[in-house]
Amino acid sequence: MIDWEIAIKLYKNMQLIRHIEETIARKYTEWKMRCPTHLSIGQEGIASGVSIALSKADLVMSTHRSHAHYIAKGGDPNTLIAEIYGKSTGCSSGIGGSMHLIDKSVGFMGSTSIVGNTIPIAVGLGLSLKLQKSKHISCVYFGDGSIEEGVFYESVNFAAIKKLPVLFICENNFYSVYSSLKVRQPEGRKIYKMVEGIGIKSAFGDGNNAIEVNNLTKNAITSIREGNGPYFLEFSTYRWLEHCGPNYDNDLGYRSFNEYSDWKEKDPIVMLEKQLKEYDEFSNEKISTIRNHSQKIADEAFEFAESSPFPKPEDAYKNLYSE
Amino acid sequence: MKRQITFIKAINEALFEAMKEDNSIICYGLGVDDPKGIFGSTIGLQEKFGEERVFDMPASENAMTGIAIGASLNNIRPVMVHQRTDFFLLAMDQLVNSAAKWHYIFGACVPITIRLIVGQGWGNGPTHSQSLHSWFSHIPGLKVVMPTTAADAKGLLLSAIADNNPVIFIEHRWLHNMQGEVPEGDYRIPIGKAKLINEGNDISIVSMSYLTIEAKLAIEYLKEKDISVDLIDLRTVKPIDWDTIYKSVKKTGKLLALDIGNATNSVASEVIAKVSINCFEDLKSAPQRLALPDYPIPTGFSLTQKFFNRAEDIIESVYQVLGIADNGSVVIDRGETPHDVPGDWFKGPF
Repeated sequence: MIDWEIAIKLYKNMQLIRHIEETIARKYTEWKMRCPTHLSIGQEGIASGVSIALSKADLVMSTHRSHAHYIAKGGDPNTLIAEIYGKSTGCSSGIGGSMHLIDKSVGFMGSTSIVGNTIPIAVGLGLSLKLQKSKHISCVYFGDGSIEEGVFYESVNFAAIKKLPVLFICENNFYSVYSSLKVRQPEGRKIYKMVEGIGIKSAFGDGNNAIEVNNLTKNAITSIREGNGPYFLEFSTYRWLEHCGPNYDNDLGYRSFNEYSDWKEKDPIVMLEKQLKEYDEFSNEKISTIRNHSQKIADEAFEFAESSPFPKPEDAYKNLYSE
Repeated sequence: MKRQITFIKAINEALFEAMKEDNSIICYGLGVDDPKGIFGSTIGLQEKFGEERVFDMPASENAMTGIAIGASLNNIRPVMVHQRTDFFLLAMDQLVNSAAKWHYIFGACVPITIRLIVGQGWGNGPTHSQSLHSWFSHIPGLKVVMPTTAADAKGLLLSAIADNNPVIFIEHRWLHNMQGEVPEGDYRIPIGKAKLINEGNDISIVSMSYLTIEAKLAIEYLKEKDISVDLIDLRTVKPIDWDTIYKSVKKTGKLLALDIGNATNSVASEVIAKVSINCFEDLKSAPQRLALPDYPIPTGFSLTQKFFNRAEDIIESVYQVLGIADNGSVVIDRGETPHDVPGDWFKGPF
């Protein structure tokens, strides 16, 4: 039984991410966004499904591909785009760029660029929440490549020992840059099964089915809030564009066009539209309203970024230390 | 005579003092609650402050550093300890990419203190004796302190814990049993201030950590030769107290920089570079550097006989700077103590 109110929230959330990301892709070749930018198009289902299950005060950390996670958690689109433009109004004052996002007002505690880097930091947030006897949780996103980093095992192990309120979200999009999962991890081994072996609860879901993501996440959060310790969720998904940048790269040949088009058929937004067809209050008109509203937010964010000032060159020599 | 305690007891006292005053401080590291308590420095902490705030950890140096960072982002002040610096090398991603940069990128404080212990002698060898303070000093965003005296150990540790930035706190194992007068209660030494521990006119020696003890022996010897020394104990190697160094060099015109690490790109090299740039006119002779040779540290008893610098080597370097012909006859009487231990108190195993 689908909760239509949640389904609509998921749909709006995914459309907003998609419109902002597509606008970045469209405008990237104006060369005003001068930093490595990793787009989330095709992977929105996980970010939205997870975020709608979290509360505002729950804490989130992410990776180099973090726009979707930031927007889904309620991060300000204006300061996101301004950050990619290197403006002083950016969420990291132009210091961080696309790979270093933060919006503490909605619990988005930071994203960084090194594979696996934020996993232990999110576990540290979980430790702080436990010490403070908070009812909130810490949630961290990472890709299938992070599973290959030693720090992943170290972090899950510690979270398990201390039964920390941490939700691990693995977005398995089958590629680390151009390297296929097949050459990086043993064939037939399921990531979520392996993690279960470390000693925490774990489950797998279709990351392009936002409702499934949301339901699995709600289950996991309930278990964590009941004091059962950390939870690991693996979701399959697919990135449509190149690893870094605004273009399609199916011409390179590292993945087959058939594979790509199969996944594109499973567009998380289209999948949810199909499910929503059964809902009386959902119509083509409603879809256009949501799309127009999303584009308006995206356009306003770009206007905000374009009209914002650059930091001064001497601002590079600030904030090294906290007083 | 005022109260004298050991360096390690001073560390222990600082941890008690800090944790008593601030409930947000936690302390962890491999062995903090074992019977040895990190050479005695963490003895009694868990009994007093409980298992939630004081705990042993898995052998996961990188994650545990990231965990300290994450906890610190949400108002916890972690103090982590490693029994040897060398193990901390597993944590460079979290130290360099996260701890050092978080405030610069995101404006959020990372108040963490990381205690690292440097071994020497007793066969500690290539991977249990490294002092990498020069590496850590190279990374913008970190603070690096390395106290010599028991009082400075207490005062700097309390300042490090109270600091809103990541602080690397380096303890030389040979200092642990040295006694000194240490004030009771909340006693602090500011980070970034060197200490002039001996005044003289003929040469400035800039020193750090255990080498300051050897430098004091050298000064006693040189006094009898009518050579007087300004001895500066850096105490903090990032940021360095340049004013104190420049003031001294302007007075003496001569500089010997000591370093407990390898010579190339050492803190001593930086001291010489900056003094040469900023006090060139004041220098009366070429500065000298005395640091470890650019080799890994060997293990065997005979191989370490000449490897580490001691008072004799400092005296010879002073002679070089002053242009005094050295007849190679400098011998400091250390009784029966072999070269690979700091004193009779040390019987290993590490």
